[in-house]
Amino acid sequence: MAASSLASRAVASLSPSISTGASRDDAGSSSVVGFHKRSSAFTGRRVRISSGHGSSAAHGRRSCVVAATAAPVKESPLKIADALVTREEGLELYEDMILGRCFEDMCAQMYYRSKMFGFVHLYNGQEAVSTGFIKSLKKDDYICSTYRDHVHALSKGVPARQVMSELFGKATGCCRGQGGSMHMFSKEHRLLGGFAFIGEGIPVATGAAFNTKYSREVLKDLSVDAVTLAFFGDGTCNNGQFFECLNMAALWKLPIVYVVENNLWAIGMDHFRATSVPEIWKKGEAFGMPGVHVDGMDVLKVREVAKEAIARARRGDGPTLVECETYRYRGHSLADPDELRKPEQKNKYAVRDPIAAFKKYLLENGLASEADLKTIEKKIDEIVEDAVEFADASPLPPRSQLLENVFADPRGFGIGPDGKYRCEDPAFTAGTAEV
Amino acid sequence: MTVRDALNSAIDEEMAADPKVFVMGEEVGEYQGAYKVTKGLLQKYGPDRVLDTPITEAGFTGIGVGAAFQGLKPIVEFMTFNFAMQAIDHIINSAAKTYYMSGGQISVPIVFRGPNGAAAGVGAQHSQCFAAWYGSCPGLKVVTPYSAEDARGLLKAAIRDPDPVVFLENELLYGENFPVSSQVRDPNFTLPIGKAKVEREGTDVTITAFSKMVGFALKAADELAKDGIKAEVINLRSIRPLDRETINASVRKTYRLVAVEEGWPQHGVCAEVCASVQEESFDYLDAPIERISGADIPMPYAANLERLALPQIEDIVRAAKRACYRSK
Repeated sequence: MAASSLASRAVASLSPSISTGASRDDAGSSSVVGFHKRSSAFTGRRVRISSGHGSSAAHGRRSCVVAATAAPVKESPLKIADALVTREEGLELYEDMILGRCFEDMCAQMYYRSKMFGFVHLYNGQEAVSTGFIKSLKKDDYICSTYRDHVHALSKGVPARQVMSELFGKATGCCRGQGGSMHMFSKEHRLLGGFAFIGEGIPVATGAAFNTKYSREVLKDLSVDAVTLAFFGDGTCNNGQFFECLNMAALWKLPIVYVVENNLWAIGMDHFRATSVPEIWKKGEAFGMPGVHVDGMDVLKVREVAKEAIARARRGDGPTLVECETYRYRGHSLADPDELRKPEQKNKYAVRDPIAAFKKYLLENGLASEADLKTIEKKIDEIVEDAVEFADASPLPPRSQLLENVFADPRGFGIGPDGKYRCEDPAFTAGTAEV
Repeated sequence: MTVRDALNSAIDEEMAADPKVFVMGEEVGEYQGAYKVTKGLLQKYGPDRVLDTPITEAGFTGIGVGAAFQGLKPIVEFMTFNFAMQAIDHIINSAAKTYYMSGGQISVPIVFRGPNGAAAGVGAQHSQCFAAWYGSCPGLKVVTPYSAEDARGLLKAAIRDPDPVVFLENELLYGENFPVSSQVRDPNFTLPIGKAKVEREGTDVTITAFSKMVGFALKAADELAKDGIKAEVINLRSIRPLDRETINASVRKTYRLVAVEEGWPQHGVCAEVCASVQEESFDYLDAPIERISGADIPMPYAANLERLALPQIEDIVRAAKRACYRSK
């Protein structure tokens, strides 16, 4: 599919004012398709176009006069809705988003109870991006993330118990307690990190995509068709590595999708203060790949764009840059007092909560009942509680683990005083040798 | 065999034996290698396995690391290790630390190679020695070949190694010819990473060196022999892991040590050698340990100043005599 169709489909569903930075604050949620009814034509009547569900008085409302050109026609939202998701898929998406939200809320609680420590960056508000993209992947596909990686790990299938244990620094964590909040890795679930430096994950993800191409073209293994997703934020898009990788991925037509989670803030740096050209999606074109902007608070829209971009990559047509307009409800990290973001902005995005919106969608379109959703919420509550109990009860890493996993070839520790390799000394691995 | 041919043949043979091995870097393909180390490889293995990259160290190093996460075996060439500073984040944070951070799940079988240290008249930004910096980082293996035998054996070992290896060559050694045995020419010849070599046996003073300085130390040993001082020369070969065993065994034999390196003195490789000997063989020392290193300045351009900024054979001789209490 040509670049223009991806861009045009996504752009068609957006309010035009999104493309310039300053007016982003006024844009509101008029881009959300299927979430509210819109009547198409009336005779000579003043029509109020609501600025979104539950709009607050602070934004005001826009109104216009629509001239009738034909008999009144009411659009049926169900026609569009039915095409987008089945009941089964809908429940899966809902469950994944609830898991992400619930888990992160629990992290905050645990942090303030000192069970979790260090730097913890929560994902509240951005669930639609993780769910929309990762649930469109196959098991063999790869994802690479940043320090805001808990929910990416969960969406990809890393058990909540393992993630929670890792956060508590226990031996049962996905990285045996050696990685921590910012360094989630899972070989089994194809999660390649977990990086603290912004931009670091982008080349690593590009390398994973390179591996797919190499496996197919050099090793002649056509069963390898893994696509890689690289997740990163708006601040990263000013970093050199980002551009270096856009160039090489397009040059070598690598099967990768670059997913920008533009939540407008890099710690306390407003995106518009840091970026000469704030429309990140435009930068794809400079490197020869489609650049797409999507409403990151709408899981169905994200999913639509994700499916197309992933299919494009899997076909061998190369990379895509997808900018997801999203927002984080909490500060940059649990240590961030979050004093710079204005309440008006926070409220504007609070009413666009992706979970609330999707819940409403499922209910209004008869895809699920309140009871169904309550069951899911209860199930997730139990999973998260269980994860905490498991993590609490798990042991701390033993002393012998301190020196483990530095080298895959443990002879890297060199030769001991007895002339043999250090790793051959049983006391070394038991943690009692002197090094 | 020249060092250049040794490196070229090592890469060639490993690429032939294992299709997962590939080369990436600037000018490695059509240009035949900035220093001709990868000469002929593009013609033999094609552009899918010998990748000319754009000038994007951070980007392509990270791509190499990401590929290694999946079990491919990239050989990333830096035109010089000075340029690797633009990629050092990936060498340390994505390559060296990942096996540990992932709790043993993801190993990184990558080799970073290229010329290190001073060349001739290339100025301050092209002359730094990075052995000490990389040598201090856990999770990395750091090797510094001297001879053609070292180059072949250590590079093959590095390519086969499941961990990230920083392979520090020296531009001025590329053209030097060394005699090699048929054993060295064997396609399965490897040297163990972490083992130093006693290049020359002696009884009066131990001289440790690596890379180009090994040649200087050997010449210094010849000079010292004329004065009746029999120096033992140790080619470290491996900075991390450092072969403290061999160094200390030698000092316990000679009771005196001169540690030589081309890089800067503070926190250098010699500082670590000194610390190790002082800790493990204190009672054997008959004299304070002598350190010979490059001058504590950015490398000057003028030829005479450059010569003054780097250790010369006479400096090593003087230090050895001092250690033997044969001069001031």
